[in-house]
Formats: sequence, structure tokens, C-alpha cells
Amino acid sequence: MAKTAAEYFENLRESRVWRSIFRSGTGTSTLHRSLAIQQNIFLHLFSTKVRRRMLNFSATWYLGTLTFGTFVILVVTGILLMLYYHPSVPQAYADTKDLQFVVSSGLFLRNLDRWSAHAMVLLVFAHMFKVFYRGAYRPPREFNWVIGVVLLLLTLLLSYTGYLLPWDQLAFWAITVGSNIASAVPLLGNKIHFLLLGGNLVNANALLRFYVLHCMILPLAAFFFIGIHFWRIRKDGGLYTQQSEPAAVRPQPVGKEAQ
Amino acid sequence: MPEEKYEPKPEAGKELNRRDFFLKLGLGSLSIAAAGTTVFAYQFLSPNVLFEPSPIVNAGRPDSYPIDSVTLDVNSGIYLIHAKEGFFALGAACTHLGCLTVWKPELGIIACPCHGSKFKREGEKIEGPAPKPLPWLRTWVSDEGDLMVDRSAAIRPMQFVRV
Repeated sequence: MAKTAAEYFENLRESRVWRSIFRSGTGTSTLHRSLAIQQNIFLHLFSTKVRRRMLNFSATWYLGTLTFGTFVILVVTGILLMLYYHPSVPQAYADTKDLQFVVSSGLFLRNLDRWSAHAMVLLVFAHMFKVFYRGAYRPPREFNWVIGVVLLLLTLLLSYTGYLLPWDQLAFWAITVGSNIASAVPLLGNKIHFLLLGGNLVNANALLRFYVLHCMILPLAAFFFIGIHFWRIRKDGGLYTQQSEPAAVRPQPVGKEAQ
Repeated sequence: MPEEKYEPKPEAGKELNRRDFFLKLGLGSLSIAAAGTTVFAYQFLSPNVLFEPSPIVNAGRPDSYPIDSVTLDVNSGIYLIHAKEGFFALGAACTHLGCLTVWKPELGIIACPCHGSKFKREGEKIEGPAPKPLPWLRTWVSDEGDLMVDRSAAIRPMQFVRV
């Protein structure tokens, strides 16, 4: 009798190599399932247990996960675009056009990067509104709200710095306007403007600075804060539940203390 | 060491003990290092040499500008205006957020495409978010007879150059 796919997978899970990587062992017991989460470097950021109804679409609309999904797409497509893009004044615009018309799949990757960036900004705001209207920002989760605000700012800065890189008229004037807004800061405005652009004009230095910010500094900062953001969900007691959510079961006040 | 004797702390709180001394020394050194790092970072991030175009622009022969004409040079971002009283130059970057303005000959005004600021031909603000009038720039005639404009030097308005 031929083995089913599930049996093959079960055999694989019992193999020595698999066991050396995933040490939690096989089995469907609650303990094994908990260990599988807890002993995985990526999954251990999350709660080992969640309420099943909190995994329903209606509970969170998956907005945080979708935001992270767009971020992953942006990192992957962004790294690929970096292979063809030179952040220099004579080449930046030509490289952008080459990506659109010469490089295989270049147009697809560039559009994916751009549309995901728009989607990420939209999703971050949607996530924020959902968290706000559910009241999920309230104690003990108020610090995670603050981390979320930092991530919102990082998202906007990533979007803004990416705007200059095609080096077209739209990019040039948008960054001229945007950097002049920065110089409205009292006392330090002109200094901030000068440091941001690396000069008085949107020029070669500004392009390079925005490139480094867009491709290196801001994504690393975002990864750092996303890590804290996820970890705090577990530390603050998992996803926020409230009575109005689907099939909520109100915890019964009868316990040992109540008797 | 055996010859050393334990001496009681003289007036607790007034004298530093060894632990407090090293704590203060450590925090002090860290603060100095942090201040040094800030200065270093600021200096590193401020370029000492800029490869930006010179602020002084050669606008060419005065007789290439007919009387009552407003000429925008998009590359240098200045207006060269030949009024009845003489020549003058205006910075063409909007004083709001730095967009390049345009001369509207049919209306006789300078208008900004970004946020709708409007200026008179002499740079005075008519309306819009711009907080200041367009600056008058120092203008003179070079020894070769060309009109020269210094974009970095704003002057008081109504100082015409006669050729």
C-alpha cells in the first residue's frame, strides 16, 4: 500500500535531521504544540497560545500581519532593485527607466515596490484605526501603541525617502518641498535641512543620503521596532479581546476567589 | 594590608566613598564621550566642501532683455526683469516651500504652481501661503558688460541697475 503525503511528512518529522533542527518533537498534544512555538527563534516572539476566535478575520482584519507582509515584499523587491540602481545624479533616472524598459521583470519589481509602499502606508493607518476603535491601545498595551507610532513614522520616512530615488521632476520638487518643511523647525530648521540634504540644494549628496536612509538605516530601524512590537503582543497578554468580538465568551466570575 | 585600619566614614553623605567616586567618574566619562560623539556625528554629517553651482550667475548682455520684459532662467532659478527704471533680479524660488515660480504675462504676476502663492512683478506678495516677498538679488554689470547676479545676496527692493 502506497504511503500518503501525510505519512511521508510524519516520517520526515521523525528523521534525525528534522529532530536536530526542531527539537520540540512530534505530536499533537498541547505541550508539543506549545513547545513548537516556544522553541522556534522566529515564532517565540509570539504567544504560544491564542484564542481560536482571535484568529478569525473579523477580530483583527489581519491588518498588522498584512502590513508586515507588505514590508517583507518591500524588502525583497527593494534589494532586487538595488542590483540595477546607481544612486548618482547622471545615472539614477536612466537606471529607473532601464528597470522599466530593459531589465527583465524590472517593471514588475519596480511597480511591486511602489504599490506595496502605498499599500503599507494605507495598511498602517488602517491597523492604527482598528486598534484605536477596538480600544486595544489601552493599558497594559499603551507602550506597544507608542512603538506603533514609531513604526508609523518609520513607514512615512521610508515612503518619503523612496520618493526621491527615481530622480524625476516629481521626485525633485516633492523633496524640495518636503525638506523645506523641515526647515520650518524653530531654531534648528536650517541645520536639519542642511544635514538632511547634505547641502543647500536637492543634489547628489541628497540623493545618496536618501538612498542610504531608504535602503539601510530606516529598514534596519523598522526591523528592530517590528521585533519589539511583536514581542510586546505576547508580553502584554496576547491579542486584545473584548466582549463585542465574534463569539466572545465572557469569563465566568465563578472561581476559587469568588466562592 | 594588615597595617591599614578601618576608619569609620566621616559624616555620611558629605564625603564620597570609593564606590560613589567611581560611579561619578564613570558617568562623567560616558557623558563626555557621548557629547564628543554628538559633535563628531554632527561634523561628519555636515559636508565641508559642496559641489553646488556658484551663486553668481552671468545673465548675459543687458540689451538681450527688451524693456518691460520678465525672463525666467530655470537653471539658475532667477528672474531678470528689465523695468523702465532699470534692471533687477528676483529669486524665482517661492518663499513658501521652494518651488520654482512662473511669470504669467497675461496676468502680469508671478505665480507658484505648488500652493498658489502670487507675487507682483517687483516680488511683493499678493496672496497665498508664501510668508515673504520674492527676494531682490544683488545685480551689477561686469567689466565685460554682462549682467551679473549674486543669488546668495539679497538686497533691499527697488534698487535698479541702470546700464
